[in-house]
Amino acid sequence: MSEAREYKYIGQRSIRPDGFDKVTGRANYGADLSLPGMIWGKVLRSPHAHAKITKLDVSRAEQHPGVMAIATYKDFPAVSSEAFEAGEGATDLLDLARNILADGKVLYDGHAICAIAALTEAIADEALSLIDVEYEILPHVMDVRDAMKEDAPLLHDDLFTQGLPEQPDKPSNIAARMELKKGDIDQGFADADVIVEREFYTPTIHQGYIEPHACTVRYEEKGTSMVWCCTQGHFDVRASTAKLLKMDLSKLKVVASEIGGGFGGKTTVYLEPVSLILSRKSGRPVKMVMDREEVFRASGPGSATRNWVKIGAKKDGTFTAMQARLCYEAGAFKGSPMGPGCMTVFTPYDIENAYVEGFDVVVNKPKVAAYRAPGAPQAEFAAEMVINEIARELGIDPIDIRLKNAAREGTQTLYGPKLKAVGLIECLEACKNSDHYKAALKDNQGRGVAAGFWFNIGGQSSVTINMNPDGTATLVEGSPDIGGSRASMQLMAAEELQIPADKITPIVADTEVLAYNGTTGGSRTTFATGMAVIEAAQDVIRQMKERAAAVWNVTAEQVDWVDGTAVNTAGEGRLTAVEICAGADRTGGQITGRGNINARGAGPSFAVHIADIEVDRDTGRTRVIRYTACQDAGKAIHPSYVEGQYQGGAVQGIGWALNEEYIYSKDGILENPGFLDYRIPLASDLPMIDALIVEVPNAFHPFGVRGVGETGIVPPLAAVGTAVANAAGITVTELPLSPPRVLKAMQSSSR
Amino acid sequence: MSRTHVTTTVNGDALEFLCEPHETLLDALRNHLNMTGTKEGCGSGDCGACSVTLDDRLVCSCLVLAAEAEGKSIGTIEGVSNKDELHVIQQKFLEHAALQCGICTPGLIVSTRALLQENPNPTEEETRYYLAGNLCRCTGYDKIIRAVMDAAETMRGGGAA
Repeated sequence: MSEAREYKYIGQRSIRPDGFDKVTGRANYGADLSLPGMIWGKVLRSPHAHAKITKLDVSRAEQHPGVMAIATYKDFPAVSSEAFEAGEGATDLLDLARNILADGKVLYDGHAICAIAALTEAIADEALSLIDVEYEILPHVMDVRDAMKEDAPLLHDDLFTQGLPEQPDKPSNIAARMELKKGDIDQGFADADVIVEREFYTPTIHQGYIEPHACTVRYEEKGTSMVWCCTQGHFDVRASTAKLLKMDLSKLKVVASEIGGGFGGKTTVYLEPVSLILSRKSGRPVKMVMDREEVFRASGPGSATRNWVKIGAKKDGTFTAMQARLCYEAGAFKGSPMGPGCMTVFTPYDIENAYVEGFDVVVNKPKVAAYRAPGAPQAEFAAEMVINEIARELGIDPIDIRLKNAAREGTQTLYGPKLKAVGLIECLEACKNSDHYKAALKDNQGRGVAAGFWFNIGGQSSVTINMNPDGTATLVEGSPDIGGSRASMQLMAAEELQIPADKITPIVADTEVLAYNGTTGGSRTTFATGMAVIEAAQDVIRQMKERAAAVWNVTAEQVDWVDGTAVNTAGEGRLTAVEICAGADRTGGQITGRGNINARGAGPSFAVHIADIEVDRDTGRTRVIRYTACQDAGKAIHPSYVEGQYQGGAVQGIGWALNEEYIYSKDGILENPGFLDYRIPLASDLPMIDALIVEVPNAFHPFGVRGVGETGIVPPLAAVGTAVANAAGITVTELPLSPPRVLKAMQSSSR
Repeated sequence: MSRTHVTTTVNGDALEFLCEPHETLLDALRNHLNMTGTKEGCGSGDCGACSVTLDDRLVCSCLVLAAEAEGKSIGTIEGVSNKDELHVIQQKFLEHAALQCGICTPGLIVSTRALLQENPNPTEEETRYYLAGNLCRCTGYDKIIRAVMDAAETMRGGGAA
């Protein structure tokens, strides 16, 4: 185990290996590749929330000078409903195809109908206006509560609710229902001295990555086709695209460009299959880039929810029962993160009696995609708000009430496993002892505390380390680096090999170079790809020892690896990595280490945040005065980038709590598809974000790593929500807490 | 289609290009001059990823027509370092881990250079407001602000300008 181990490289705040390219503008992102003869693709999108396409005539567009190809749904090979794993979770192939190009019916404002490739972007835009489309407008439904009603307009006449005791005979917008239970919920509430229940609303929000979706592709009828795109998982882009277009995996090379943010939103495909169709039909390389409006209207946002939570507690603060009913919008096709919502909602607490029911519901909005700890922030927001209300009613400090009930080693979770060592109590104590928590508040200021949980995942990673003749190493990984993970791979390889970090160059290779790698998501990369790095490094060391043993005519077991040097324990002799690599040609050829794993044992991750908010009583405007994000990293490989994950997650959560929401017109048209009106936090909105790293090692990782990427977005909704409630003297049940909503609540508040 | 001939200076190099009348300076930089360091995040002047200087004035290149570059001097991310020697601002961004995905970084560095030319000793609040036009979705800005303040201090202390 790692606790006592002294590290030479891990824990250093080294300069990231891809940093130079990224501060000089040399790094190439999704839209940065152009090819000779390349043409431009553009998409025609639905102006309606729900409509039947009664006519789609592309003949005038086809004849427009400069138009090279047009793609519609008919250009997909026949696809049928079939679940397959790609990106984050299972996808239905038919839904995927119908989301990428509508099949006779549009299901949301922005839904792609067809695409045109032309010599220039301007010609493609002109040609879009020549497409003759007629619609029969259908009634639309935009809210999960409305969509669940018996008489709601139906999006799909072939969607039947899964997870009911009996197979329904009528189609429904409710795609799935699930429940989780433990203990006796009725007895739990009967034992309670105080019970609080509330329903909460969270809006549709977007990941808001600054780089729009983009790709450049070249289809080859006989050779290997190529897709260059910004994605969190190029192996899954290959899987989805090849499946949709019925191509062999080996005939489709996908190159992951640098990626300008994803947060879960770049774990599926939109443009890639369409551009390959356009390339096939035109015989040209095709580039497609979404504009910002398209990103908001037609890529996958995060679910809006209506979540009801009821919690009972004893006078001393002990929770006796927890119950939730969680309703998630999936967008136009099934597959919201309702499941993880149900599984995370009460996990920070060691509770005997719990019951959770969840619904996955389609509405006339874009199909949701993963967004950082998908499903967890919405559910845990509801639970944490209710817990803070109980603490207030009982006069117990919000950290103390959590300490009293906190999940710990041995806690039986509602969703399955018993927890191993976890760091929730350590995070609560770190927050309680922080200067921030002890600091006094001024007038019109309020404080909120909330905990958060996310599972983290492992999964498949494949890594090779090629030792070069000068003793340096090229570390070949297949996990797109979305926030500095090359730096952590470099440090872990250096630690294992005991050669200096700057002698190791990590690269993210394309799908032809490595075996399959899972998508960068689920906070898996430093954990799982890191384990593959360690395994590959151990493979290198094993071979280095064998080479040295051959030189000394001893067995490999008689060779130790110390400080990057082979040491002969059976006699005299030391050979450095540099010497062994320089002589590799004479001892059996070059040295390559491999690590192919399907990592188990990802470490559950807990966080606790403290938010101080000041409210302007005249306008309802809120300001974040001070913020602390504390989280268990297991082991922070590169502390700066771990802090960065905490800070970035916290600020996305602050935006979710205070500003961000999709605003739809009565007709179901998105009214704020731009950064001016969908307002993500600016530098001027924020204070510094204090990041506290707690380290309770994960026993299943050689260095103790847990994932750190996602949990940080879970607590802010309730931490900020509670701080605003306390500052303004209002009851908070709806997000975002934008000035008009806060002002209205203050004017009608009886609290 | 008639194209416009533009003679301009980019990072000190005298350059010419042909553009359509509707094309933006950002289009010209990226598609005609192959300078893809300047990024497009929104196309509407809201995100700052396309920040460049036009005769030393900080602008969003997506809001400037390419033809307006005629006779002007443009500064882009590609001209911030001196060959392989990083500018202090770039070095401080790396030391403070002030980037995660890096897509906003070129715009932020160009904006920071403009800030520190105007105001070599900005307060944290002045820095936050000056950079409010550069959206970053990854970092929460904490490490960016620290990098900028540190770069300002180093530059005032006689480091590289």
